[in-house]
Amino acid sequence: MNTRKIVLVLGGSSDIGRATARSFAKAGWDVQLAGRETAALEPDAADLHARYNINASTHRFDVLDTTSFNGFVAGLPALPDVVISIVGLLGAQETAQSDLDHATTIMRSNYEGPALILGLFAEKFLARGNGSIVGVSSVAGDRGRASNYVYGSAKAGFSAFLSGLRARASRGGVHVVTVKPGFVRTKMTEGMKLIGPLTVEAPVVGDAIFGAVERRTDVVYVSGKWRLVMLIIKTLPEAVFKKLKF
Amino acid sequence: MALISGWGRFPVVDTDLLTPRSFGAVGDAIAATSGGVARGNGRAYGDAGIGVSQTIGMTAFDRVRSFDPATGRLRLEAGVLLSDLIDTFGPRGFLPYVVPGTRFVSVGGAIAADVHGKNHHCEGGFGRYVDSILLRTGAGETIEVSREENPDVFLATIGGMGLTGVILEATLRLRPVETGWIRERVISASDLQAAMRALDAGDSATYSVAWIDCVATGNDLGRSLIYLGEHARANEIPRGAEAFPRGHDPKLSVPIDLPSMTLNRYSVRAFNELYYRMGARRAGGSHLVSIFPYFFPLDGVGAWNRIYGRRGFLQHQCVIPQDGALSVLGDILDRVSKRGDASFLAVLKKLGQGDGLMSFPMPGYTLALDFPATGNIMNFLDEIDRLVVAAGGRLYLAKDARQSRSTFEAGYPALQRFKEIRASLDPLKKIRSKLSQRLFDEVQP
Repeated sequence: MNTRKIVLVLGGSSDIGRATARSFAKAGWDVQLAGRETAALEPDAADLHARYNINASTHRFDVLDTTSFNGFVAGLPALPDVVISIVGLLGAQETAQSDLDHATTIMRSNYEGPALILGLFAEKFLARGNGSIVGVSSVAGDRGRASNYVYGSAKAGFSAFLSGLRARASRGGVHVVTVKPGFVRTKMTEGMKLIGPLTVEAPVVGDAIFGAVERRTDVVYVSGKWRLVMLIIKTLPEAVFKKLKF
Repeated sequence: MALISGWGRFPVVDTDLLTPRSFGAVGDAIAATSGGVARGNGRAYGDAGIGVSQTIGMTAFDRVRSFDPATGRLRLEAGVLLSDLIDTFGPRGFLPYVVPGTRFVSVGGAIAADVHGKNHHCEGGFGRYVDSILLRTGAGETIEVSREENPDVFLATIGGMGLTGVILEATLRLRPVETGWIRERVISASDLQAAMRALDAGDSATYSVAWIDCVATGNDLGRSLIYLGEHARANEIPRGAEAFPRGHDPKLSVPIDLPSMTLNRYSVRAFNELYYRMGARRAGGSHLVSIFPYFFPLDGVGAWNRIYGRRGFLQHQCVIPQDGALSVLGDILDRVSKRGDASFLAVLKKLGQGDGLMSFPMPGYTLALDFPATGNIMNFLDEIDRLVVAAGGRLYLAKDARQSRSTFEAGYPALQRFKEIRASLDPLKKIRSKLSQRLFDEVQP
């Protein structure tokens, strides 16, 4: 009988998703990779199996197709021990300011979809009496900024959802982790100007997520420097903050 | 555009750095380029990993396709780093057969440079353990090449510096090992002749390499420490020790470009003196060391290339055929020690037969030196090159940034055949690096 623990990674083909899957597989966990195109996930599933001799499966999941969520959860071969949502869409702030469809897609991809699917897993985990739920949110959700407040506000909503879910679920043995990676060198940030000392590589995020699940940490700033940076940004008076251009 | 350089930080070149995420995108990049080459982890020292106009970064291709623990056969994408392979498969009892002096090289780069390790004298280069390669050619074809299928292209790709096409995937054989430890024996040699004798005597050792104090002069010229090594068996490691020690990320890193005067004749002399004395004291018996410091001593210091300052540095690695090597190497070391801006690192090692058409190794001794890229160093290295050419030797392309066309042509007699193979794979000359442009591409009017 297979007694390995199972992690489900939503957004499994993203750089952080791939790295996170490796961090768990390396520790001997079986992995369920979920994403829009299962064909794109197959090479990563094969990679995890070849490297760590664990079972890795692929599953179709579209974060915008909320009506499919119940079927998705019921269709998994086994209810995972841990579910991690790495789904997100940075989008284009300027476009989103006037293009309502684009703004809606950003809001739904970063808040509505991830919150609903994790909420669904929370019910299953609470019924079982254990499990961990990990939501990858963002430091951008700590305070709305002029340069990315559509994305940031959706992440803020997601962070608030996770915070409330954590308070409720902890009484039922289910742990909720909020992850705020800061700058990560990935496909999503390619071409962006990232500040070197505040930027990490995807495997660092993967290991941080694995560590947070193992140690049952509540909120993780992947780089400790971000906790300080965001503390300062959060405490600036609005009168000062609104004059800053970033 | 981006300013990039090799590990030696000389030359620095403005190039269009692409980061494809699919093999299709690699094909598109080749189709669109007027002269591009693949780049792995950027550890070639000079201009080998920089395209004439585009540079195709391959590190996103980091997946293992399959692994058979019964045979040690591994299929993987070309961007996987050897450090990743060691971390992943070491604990499962497998290591690459051949590792160079840094583990932070990609598999594609290791094939392209046919890198050698401390075991080349008896086990050959990296290419010997490559069974097949998936190659995207300049003509836009994706072909599988091996010793059976397209053997000409296969052998031109081993050591071909990425110039037969972009290496997408490869099948390798890994070495079964019982532990991640090496049983090391240190021998001290009082001069060059003694060092070469000690290396000859160490032919039966799996691993052998000599560190030369190239500040020493006169009777001490070429005094060395010779490091021999064997993989430790499970019953050799002390009770309680981990069978496979972990390779830590560098704890120490060089955060800034040091002033170029940091390495001067006095500091290098002091370092060499201390290093030799400490090593000589350990000489004689054997002891266990983890594979990480044994194979990759400099990986312990992140960004060590910065100790040479902003201007960068030049590596000079030649191989001299066995016969007459003593006098030629003696001559080179004599000039280096007299020059005074001595090489911080000097390594001597025996090589065996090369595996690829353009592979660097040939039976003989290889000497690796490095110099800050300052002053009249170019003229000095040209002088050394004349000695190498006269002795029938050649220079390692993965470390080269400055040799002349004539030095290169004299050292690589298979060049004409290599050019023909390239022409057949790439009629429009899509695959071109700064290195190929410097050394052998037809000069554009």
